Amino acid sequence: MSRPISRVAQDGRPEAWPPRRIGAIVLRHLYLLRGSWPRILELTYWPTVQMILWGLVTMYLLTNSAWLVQASGVLLAGVILWDVLFRSQLGLSLVFMEEMWSRNLGHLFASPLRPWELICALMVISLIRTLIGAFGATVFAILLYHFSIFELGLPLIAFFINLIVMGWSIGLVVSGIILRFGLGAESLAWFLIFAFAPLSCIYYPLDILPDWLEYIAVLLPSTHVFEGMRSVLMDDIFRTDLLIRAMLLNVVYLTVGIAVFLGLFRVARHRGLLHQVGE
Amino acid sequence: MGERVVEAEQLTKRFGPIVAVDSLSFTIEAGHTVALLGGNGAGKTTTMALLLGLVLPTSGAIRVFGHALDRHRYRLLARMNFSSPYVDLPHRLTVAENLTVYARLYGVADVKRRIRILSDELDIAAFLKRPTGKLSAGQRTRVALAKAMINEPELLLLDEPTASLDPETADWVRRYLESYRARTGATILLASHNMTEVERLCDDVIMLRAGRMVARGSPDDLLRRYGRATLEEVFLDIAREPGAGTPDRAAAQ
Repeated sequence: MSRPISRVAQDGRPEAWPPRRIGAIVLRHLYLLRGSWPRILELTYWPTVQMILWGLVTMYLLTNSAWLVQASGVLLAGVILWDVLFRSQLGLSLVFMEEMWSRNLGHLFASPLRPWELICALMVISLIRTLIGAFGATVFAILLYHFSIFELGLPLIAFFINLIVMGWSIGLVVSGIILRFGLGAESLAWFLIFAFAPLSCIYYPLDILPDWLEYIAVLLPSTHVFEGMRSVLMDDIFRTDLLIRAMLLNVVYLTVGIAVFLGLFRVARHRGLLHQVGE
Repeated sequence: MGERVVEAEQLTKRFGPIVAVDSLSFTIEAGHTVALLGGNGAGKTTTMALLLGLVLPTSGAIRVFGHALDRHRYRLLARMNFSSPYVDLPHRLTVAENLTVYARLYGVADVKRRIRILSDELDIAAFLKRPTGKLSAGQRTRVALAKAMINEPELLLLDEPTASLDPETADWVRRYLESYRARTGATILLASHNMTEVERLCDDVIMLRAGRMVARGSPDDLLRRYGRATLEEVFLDIAREPGAGTPDRAAAQ
């Protein structure tokens, strides 16, 4: 005799709704951050070191480059925004690997947590980690070099969102691959994103790339973001065409990222990997 | 006949050329405690993973509480829970933090109250604030049990619940499981190598070998059928039957 399955649990309470489960995963990682100051330090350390390094490069170049004098913040803005992309990808992948390192995936997926809810939670935590990391670099840029990324104005929000979404997309693909092939593939989380760096034209304009590379570069949302950033800083023009291209590409990237993750998640269930993963 | 809580029909799971579970059919009635018995690689853990939906079957069907698991998995999982030595809770989180996270995942209404009740029942209050990774094996088992009980499951799946525990702690766990079932009428499926545990806790035993069910019955039935005094002897008889394979073959699975 089967009881009907409804949104009401056996004891009459409503079934937990998705935000509560998403919140539970976010809470798990906030607990982890709260309990480990080295993790928070690590989040801000590299962006800050990069900022100091590129700030010094900028100061040197300012005395030798007429181009840079036009917009002294262009390198520093590049550093901060590249870090947003890098951190959002890394944050998502690391948080997922954390579940694998702690051999917790079996418990998670034996609970009512849906895969898409885990994806949402990973995105939220990645956003939090990215904001923590970017905060340190932003503050140091203001204090040391009197450059505020907020000079970009409202377009900064558009740039930030696009880079975050691209980072999530790559992070989901990386996480899916790690789930499928095991922690032996974890180094992908660290180096894959750097394949996108030369093509993203972080520190130089798109047109310096060879023609054939330009065709590939324009397929990256990040290329349009960095082109747009230079346009704001150097010409004081916000290029909506670049923004729209970045957004459309990101829709494709995110769709592919989610599809790859869910596809590899299903493969993992077929191959019995969910309750076997670990260090 | 009572309500069928679990119905597995012709369940088969292949991993490449290896058949981990082979045409396995069984039912478990509400309120019963059933053991999956078998040597290493017999298919116990895979069967449990199939019942949780952690592993997808190659063929066959599973119904839980009368509903197809593949269609209603997530809602069914809210009424189930499990514990396994092969799956950990995050070591760096404290016990209270881990239980809070899982209480929220399972939709427990009053999280603090539930944790308080479990702390009393499972005697874990003293180390609620300690990192889970710093607990002894016995303490960790009790915490794993607390996680498994966090939603007061109607169907509890336990993979080797007393593995690596000293006799006193193991006995304590068994007593707790007995009282939980008596109090809630929950159904329990446990995989174990401990024959004393099985004889004490289980109404029914499913003997597995190479992924196939080779015998089923109450502990008394099996003892009578095989003319043995203990389940361990029955287990050894079955393991030594022709075609039973070797531990190496089992380990390869």
